[in-house]
Amino acid sequence: MCAVRYWRAAEPKTTYEVVIVGGGGHGLATAYSLAKRHGITDVCVVEKGWLAGGNMARNTTIIRSNYLWEESAAIYEHSLKLWEGLEEELGVDVEFSPRGVLNLAHDLGEVRSSMRRVHANRLNGVDAEWLTPEDVAAFCPLINISPSLRYPVLGATLQRRGGTARHDKVAWAYATRASELGVDIVEHAEVTGFLRGPGGRVEGVSTSRGEIRGAKVALAAAGHTSELAAMVGLRLPLQSHPLQALVSALYEPILDCVVMSNKVHVYVSQADKGELVMGAGIDAYNGYAQRGSFHVIEEQLAAAVELFAIFAHAKLLRTWGGIVDVCPDASPIVGWSGIDGLFLNCGWGTGGFKATPAAGWAYAETIATGEPSELVRPFSLERFTTGALIDEHGAAAVAH
Amino acid sequence: MLLIRCPWCGPRDEIEFRYGGQAHIAYPADPDALSDADWADFLFMRDNPRGPFRERWYHVHGCRRWFNAVRDTSTHRFVATYRIDEEPV
Repeated sequence: MCAVRYWRAAEPKTTYEVVIVGGGGHGLATAYSLAKRHGITDVCVVEKGWLAGGNMARNTTIIRSNYLWEESAAIYEHSLKLWEGLEEELGVDVEFSPRGVLNLAHDLGEVRSSMRRVHANRLNGVDAEWLTPEDVAAFCPLINISPSLRYPVLGATLQRRGGTARHDKVAWAYATRASELGVDIVEHAEVTGFLRGPGGRVEGVSTSRGEIRGAKVALAAAGHTSELAAMVGLRLPLQSHPLQALVSALYEPILDCVVMSNKVHVYVSQADKGELVMGAGIDAYNGYAQRGSFHVIEEQLAAAVELFAIFAHAKLLRTWGGIVDVCPDASPIVGWSGIDGLFLNCGWGTGGFKATPAAGWAYAETIATGEPSELVRPFSLERFTTGALIDEHGAAAVAH
Repeated sequence: MLLIRCPWCGPRDEIEFRYGGQAHIAYPADPDALSDADWADFLFMRDNPRGPFRERWYHVHGCRRWFNAVRDTSTHRFVATYRIDEEPV
């Protein structure tokens, strides 16, 4: 065993150029990108709990870029390209595993929308294939393609470059490299208010570890963004919901790709250690309790057994929940808040993990230059006033 | 699973209900007078508090009637449920 050096546990200074609220994947990737790409190292990341202990620790680690609309495809594809080079970039094995992501289609409507998405993806330079049921069985023999099923598999889209990564290692790698570049990472510092200057300008944060001034304050707090925004009187089109996931006991390797089904509604992969990792939709109600209702778990297990009869033998080991902030159009908000000095990165809903590298990349550029990165220009808060929504609820995939 | 007290049917399992989001958002009295920002506020902006939240529920697999509730979003505990025609709690 050799000692591994991670990030410094920094004591907060009184003033920084940029203060990032939220030490999850997006906050850490943003801090890294500010330091690495823009030379802004006078950065503090404040985290109310421990580093990457929120949604970054709770997601099902699926990575893909096969979104329908051009705006979404652009940022998620950029993210996938960054994932493909991330281990070299950070010098850390984050267990990025492009094992292929299947999105199953179970009725004629799904077949048509899936084929449409394959074509849209190809036009946007995103790898996508349409598989017949026989192709699906050849790619993933475990899937039941019997036509007698209640929801028969009529085909699937496949993104071979998609896959999974080890979530914790991603966060630790970003934190370590950002810290080496001079970024201060301050855990157990909960933001309790904002420091306001002339004209209401945001000039820093009050935290449980004291006041920290920042010429720019950037939120990266996922499900807690609305609470923070309320402190500055900002109302956002966000609702925070529980999103649950679960793992089974450990089994021999039986599933070597990611399988998603919107109709039957489950997404599943197998971790290297052997657990089957599953997730599905959000609990319908608003909630901050990091847990949800058990019937949601029951429904996704029923869906998994429908697709993989062998899973009926699997034992449920553990379930948990995160808090996801969802926009009406299921697309994120990244950019200026409308209040001087305050930037927003939120609304990633159920799909934020896969976006981690690109969110950090584009948010850092937006913070550094004061102008939205081209990748996030369509994802402004203003779109709810102009009406230029990016509706990814529809044909892309309900499940992120 | 939540146990939800429908004002007409009494306590029933959550799976009988559908969630309706924030309660007491009235349709604009004079829609023609609204600016784009006003429309954005009416259509998309919502309170999202940690704590007591007034919200709508629909007893879709029961009496098929809408009602309102106050629920604490930090614990998911219902504080009260009340009919649409009753004063907010």
